[in-house]
Amino acid sequence: MNFALAGNPNCGKTTLFNALTGSTAHVGNWPGVTVDKREGTYKKLEQKVQIVDLPGIYSLSPYTPEEVISRNYILDEHPDCVINIVDATNLERNLYLTTQILEIDVPVVVALNMADALEKSGDRVDVKALEEKIGVPVVSISALKGQGIDELMQRAYAAAQRPREGRTVLQDSALAHLIRDVQIALAGQNVASPLFHAVKLVEGDELETKAHASTVKMVEAFKKTFTDDTFGDDFEALVADARYGYISKNFASALHKKNTQALTKSDKADRVLTNRWGGIPIFLAILFAIFHLTFSENFLFLNGFGDGWMPTLEDLGMDTGNFGVQLLACVYDGTVYSPGVIINNLWNNVIVGNLFGLLSGAVENIGVDWVVGFINNGIIEGLAAVLSFLPQILVLFLFFSILEDSGYMARVAFILDRIFGKFGLSGRAFMPMIMGFGCSIPAMINTRTLADQKERTATVRVIPFFSCGAKLPILTAIAGAIVVQFGVGNADFITFGMYVLGVATAIVAVLVMRNTTMRGEVPPFIMELPAYHLPQFKSLMIHLWDKCKHFIKKAFTIILASTIVIWFISHFSFDWKFLADEQINESILASIGMFVQPLFTPLGFGAQLQNWGWVFVVAAVTGLIAKENVIATFGVLAACIIGSALPEDEEGISYVVAMIDATGITVPALIAFIAFNMTTIPCFAAVATARAELPSKKSFNWTLLFWLVTSYIVAAAVYTVGSWWWTIFLWLAAAVLISLGIVWFNRRKKAV
Amino acid sequence: MEKYLNEFVVGERGVVKKITAEGRIKRRLFDMGVTPHAEILMRKVAPLGDPIEVNIRGYELTLRKSEAQCVLMEVEN
Repeated sequence: MNFALAGNPNCGKTTLFNALTGSTAHVGNWPGVTVDKREGTYKKLEQKVQIVDLPGIYSLSPYTPEEVISRNYILDEHPDCVINIVDATNLERNLYLTTQILEIDVPVVVALNMADALEKSGDRVDVKALEEKIGVPVVSISALKGQGIDELMQRAYAAAQRPREGRTVLQDSALAHLIRDVQIALAGQNVASPLFHAVKLVEGDELETKAHASTVKMVEAFKKTFTDDTFGDDFEALVADARYGYISKNFASALHKKNTQALTKSDKADRVLTNRWGGIPIFLAILFAIFHLTFSENFLFLNGFGDGWMPTLEDLGMDTGNFGVQLLACVYDGTVYSPGVIINNLWNNVIVGNLFGLLSGAVENIGVDWVVGFINNGIIEGLAAVLSFLPQILVLFLFFSILEDSGYMARVAFILDRIFGKFGLSGRAFMPMIMGFGCSIPAMINTRTLADQKERTATVRVIPFFSCGAKLPILTAIAGAIVVQFGVGNADFITFGMYVLGVATAIVAVLVMRNTTMRGEVPPFIMELPAYHLPQFKSLMIHLWDKCKHFIKKAFTIILASTIVIWFISHFSFDWKFLADEQINESILASIGMFVQPLFTPLGFGAQLQNWGWVFVVAAVTGLIAKENVIATFGVLAACIIGSALPEDEEGISYVVAMIDATGITVPALIAFIAFNMTTIPCFAAVATARAELPSKKSFNWTLLFWLVTSYIVAAAVYTVGSWWWTIFLWLAAAVLISLGIVWFNRRKKAV
Repeated sequence: MEKYLNEFVVGERGVVKKITAEGRIKRRLFDMGVTPHAEILMRKVAPLGDPIEVNIRGYELTLRKSEAQCVLMEVEN
């Protein structure tokens, strides 16, 4: 047996789903779209029931992927019963969807959720009266407390035993006759659920008019003879009005209860959180708090703002080899770490570090150099690099899930829509972008909250330009080396400038995309601001577990495979000789680097560099595994150039200095190199996520090309302008010409 | 008195008379309950002046001014 859950967003559908399916739940994708498909099993009935959670929708219209999925599922997959969850505190709008579902020939049971919350505020819904009116079983439940769920399932099970014929609430409307006639015509053509299709045809629904072209004529003919005082011949308006009219007339007793004068708790919270003056500062403070809790190595600024006064554990004379001290060092070591960093340290230094250390030790015994190298440096280090992202991805994701589930995220969109509307996006696009500063992976996954596919694609593409945590070491090392070696500038200033450059690139890229390949209207911003409520621990954990599974699966497949390929080409020469780390200059990767090096001449790290110039290209390639690798590769190469290992340098500044000495690279070229790494193809983990979040293979391939081209242009601009200031006029002229070209092209296209 | 929803000031109340939008926006407005005869209370303007928040059919709805411009209202006295 197969039941489908349908209902508005925020009606408690996911809570009910979790209560019904428990640990059997699993998440996948609906075919062809990145909308979550949740399935699970309910076991308390005589037979097991498969539960499918349809996406939250307000209507069975044909405009959003969520609506089309739900509609096609109910019509084509013939679930044995549809459980329609209705939020009792928002009965009127929720029943609007119900009136549409009831038109389909499928057994329906209405689950009246949150009736207890309604009763608290002194109102009541007459379940018996509701049931009588709509003609299907109505069960009052509390998904949150798990009340009424067994009864709901028993009634659904009973309802599923008999077929049900669709019914409409439009029988008293002016269109009743037309609907009836079209229904009979469709039934004659053996169309299933003729009533539903008839109503949609009368409404002029895009999908239906295409599917039943011959029957549309009946509607057209009738339209000519028909006129209504209020609506003219706008049948779509008439139908929507009739539905809402029916609901207000019949359920008036349970409606309009919310006294709009009295403020609910949610209203009071909103008074502060979306306040005309306070709204934006509060939002920025929340954002800062999230990043501080996740990434700060100076929690609550306890260590002061300067060099800090706290002693390290070593200063205190502790033995850093001791396991207990190692644990302590995850929380405090010369500075107090934020919760996100503590979890990160525990995971990477203690769990992954020790576990993989043991593994590596065991592998050493094999004795064959290249096998040990392959397993230890190729597979194990590669996996460790990818898994090292996991804790902070999850922590960041947790915070944003809390914001989403509490209802605050909708307010963020409300506050910021004005700014984003200017770039052809909606306010919702802000969150994924800002998350990009932490990590691109949760950011890309979060684009699922965007309704419009084009907006979603454009956002996924620019997310890597919001420089993530892993790119910061590149910045600090190179900026530090510039200051040390050339004695110019200020490292913080360079770092900050590069962040600004990334954001500017994102803005320009979105503008260009929305005016060329991603053309289309600004997506509408007509949405509900749901009442605030406390996020539920259980559903947060389910959320996180899903992401975790997803990411680990990726880490062991696509990411691992790409990591192995890169390890292989950097440790073997063309004549299949295995090379130690320091011999990377003889590797296949180095040969490829030397071969493509001239391509990077306009970027400043191409043919103009001396012998070792290819190292920058190679470092950028190893950065694809994880951006931290860029500087690590410099360390390996520096040892290779000098002939002996350099002293350990956490920030990697000395590695970069060695590179500068060996290659004679200039300051503009170094900055261009940072710019290139910041805007080019992100790490494999992010690339794999982008592949999953983008709608098609084609769109993914274009995205890769887009990243390459963008980074090339940005880096070339940085290098040339830095080297010859007057070239800025050439770039500006080119920008103006291209903009004019786009405007001209779009005008012409519109005119045609 | 008739005017469009985007011209409402905070606290003003009215009843929807007509939707002048087309296609996707019109459908979306209908689906969210913005149909003729529906009562609307103007609640709030976003910090940057757009979008707006209204109360309709017992819940809070936000929409841009450009979209509110498609909603003709009869102002309640």
